[in-house]
Amino acid sequence: METIELIGREIELDEDGNLKNISDWNEEIAVELAKQEGIDELTDRHWAVINYMRKEYEEKGTAPSIRRLTKESGVPTKELYQLFPKGPAKKAARIAGLPKPKGCI
Amino acid sequence: MAEPIEKVSIVISKGSLEGVYPGLIMANGARMEGIEATLFFTFFGLDAVIDKRMDHLKVATVGNPALHIPTIVGGLPGMSAMATKMMSKEMEKIDIPPVREFIEMIHDAGCDIYGCKATVDMFHLKKEDFCEQVDDIITVGDFYEKSAGAQIIFT
Repeated sequence: METIELIGREIELDEDGNLKNISDWNEEIAVELAKQEGIDELTDRHWAVINYMRKEYEEKGTAPSIRRLTKESGVPTKELYQLFPKGPAKKAARIAGLPKPKGCI
Repeated sequence: MAEPIEKVSIVISKGSLEGVYPGLIMANGARMEGIEATLFFTFFGLDAVIDKRMDHLKVATVGNPALHIPTIVGGLPGMSAMATKMMSKEMEKIDIPPVREFIEMIHDAGCDIYGCKATVDMFHLKKEDFCEQVDDIITVGDFYEKSAGAQIIFT
């Protein structure tokens, strides 16, 4: 099992490299995970997406699809791809401490 | 480990609902994975980007054994409309958007969308007949140029 050191703590990862335990997540860890994804600074718009994803995950048990993200997070598709280049749903889920989204859309 | 795919060019050549969606799902999926994507609509596939037609694509109920409806029944009036309604309902459940919304989403995700010049000429279509997401009408030669370095997927 892979573990990484973030903010001085040993954190377990799942097979996709996402956090194994969502309870390990906090905002400082999000900042570190974002840096690993090439995002140097998390703006309010990034947080809007991250917080929406966490809320959806808590309510429904899976990370939202890109379509729900687009329709319900308040952040349109174009901006999602600017905020999280190279795959918003997947990257935002990882930064939010959630498993990789399971749907095809 | 094998080299990851970095770019895909997807051709959509069929105008039935089940002919159009696989290509759209693959294009959207590519962008979601950070893969560069181009969509090229040709022949009847163009219906998916013709403004007046894209909201009315239908499932073909004749000549498709996997639908498990005898061809003669599939040809009855209303069968295609019914199958289309059922499929659209199931797609909505798993968050697959209607064609127009999907095309908008894919284009906003950074996928370029092109129509085929030969088909446009053959069917006497104009650029104004298409939805605004169509970036250009291009020749097959342009298509290959734009596909440099890409995997080409024909659907």
